[in-house]
Amino acid sequence: MLAMLAKEPAHGYELRARMRDALGPLGESMNAGQIYVALARLGKAGLVTSERADGLPDRPDRRVYALTPVGQQRVAGWLAEVSWPKPDLTEFHLKLVAAAAGRLADPVALVDAQRREVLRRLRDTQRAALDRSVDPVAGVLLEGVVLRLRADLEWLEACERMWTGRDRNGRKAEA
Amino acid sequence: MTGSMALRARGLTKRYGSHNALVRAVDEVDLDVPVGQTLAIMGPSGCGKSTLLHLLGGLQRPTDGQVWLAGRRVDTMSERALARLRRDGVGFVFQSFHLMDELTAVENVELAALLAGRSPGRARRRAMGLLDRVGLADRAAHLPSALSGGQRQRVAIARALSNEPLVVLADEPTGNLDSAATLEILRLFEELHAAGQTLVVVTHDARIAAVADRVISMRDGAFADDNKFAGTVYDGRR
Repeated sequence: MLAMLAKEPAHGYELRARMRDALGPLGESMNAGQIYVALARLGKAGLVTSERADGLPDRPDRRVYALTPVGQQRVAGWLAEVSWPKPDLTEFHLKLVAAAAGRLADPVALVDAQRREVLRRLRDTQRAALDRSVDPVAGVLLEGVVLRLRADLEWLEACERMWTGRDRNGRKAEA
Repeated sequence: MTGSMALRARGLTKRYGSHNALVRAVDEVDLDVPVGQTLAIMGPSGCGKSTLLHLLGGLQRPTDGQVWLAGRRVDTMSERALARLRRDGVGFVFQSFHLMDELTAVENVELAALLAGRSPGRARRRAMGLLDRVGLADRAAHLPSALSGGQRQRVAIARALSNEPLVVLADEPTGNLDSAATLEILRLFEELHAAGQTLVVVTHDARIAAVADRVISMRDGAFADDNKFAGTVYDGRR
């Protein structure tokens, strides 16, 4: 969101429109409230300033938001940093280990539950990509999300193989 | 009881090998596929999903259990009746297309109708109509070698529809396709679904889930999970 303000100051609704344009169908779920809450937090953190547009009542959607110098730096740093969002594989893996070791749950059932969720997301994303009205630029983002989710499914398959085998071999993982 | 079911299986089992090295490729599967449903069966290679598809389509006979296609018992049919069923009742789509290289697109599509005894004129008209439906009317005279992978698979789908099958069975239909061609096939499946065609796809490609009403996960020859999605896939927007 900060990066969206880097170009020029904007009203909250303009900012929301910029985000939606950039994200395509993935931005549909973002509501105005979330934008204003986030802007308020960024303001408290000193990354964003705002001033009332002249002659308009003081409502959040009438304020113009801009980056502070600190905010500018944050955006520059964000652009330069090499990181890639990832699902927390380690946490899920630990869940499987703990579930098997403590007999808290069947790890394969946990894998099934996780797969249902990933499959649901993949289905939604691929359906969005099937829509012929999707802008090709937003389509590339959707393709990336689908590829990621397919990789997650493959990994869940590997988890399933592992824990199905363990089960058959008398739960070696307890040791 | 089986009236609205395109496919029905009870206790369906296929075993290979003998006592020492017995493989249960399909292990007591029960399945009901309502008319018009698009069902995806997913699972790792070796989970038995292709064997299951072969049992459902009469390409292989089960070791045990029963299969009905539109209420007709399949597993006990004579070879002759089974051959007719495979020709007229079921449309098959394969990963590697299985088109005849020497025949043009339209000749590939009309072949099934000619074998079923339709007149050449009727078979040609129907084949052209089907190629139009899959968006390839202008490629009718091309040999498969002059078509892209996605186009070849669409020809194969047109051929599968040739004899108005009760059910289309597809085995990894997007397995050999890039992402653009996969989109074409998904859109085509979506259109078939909207037209009420019953479709069963076994696949490793989770993108098929985008056009399915239901996704079954298979493991060691049995169903591990059965996801039904609310509503129909076709939402009238396209």
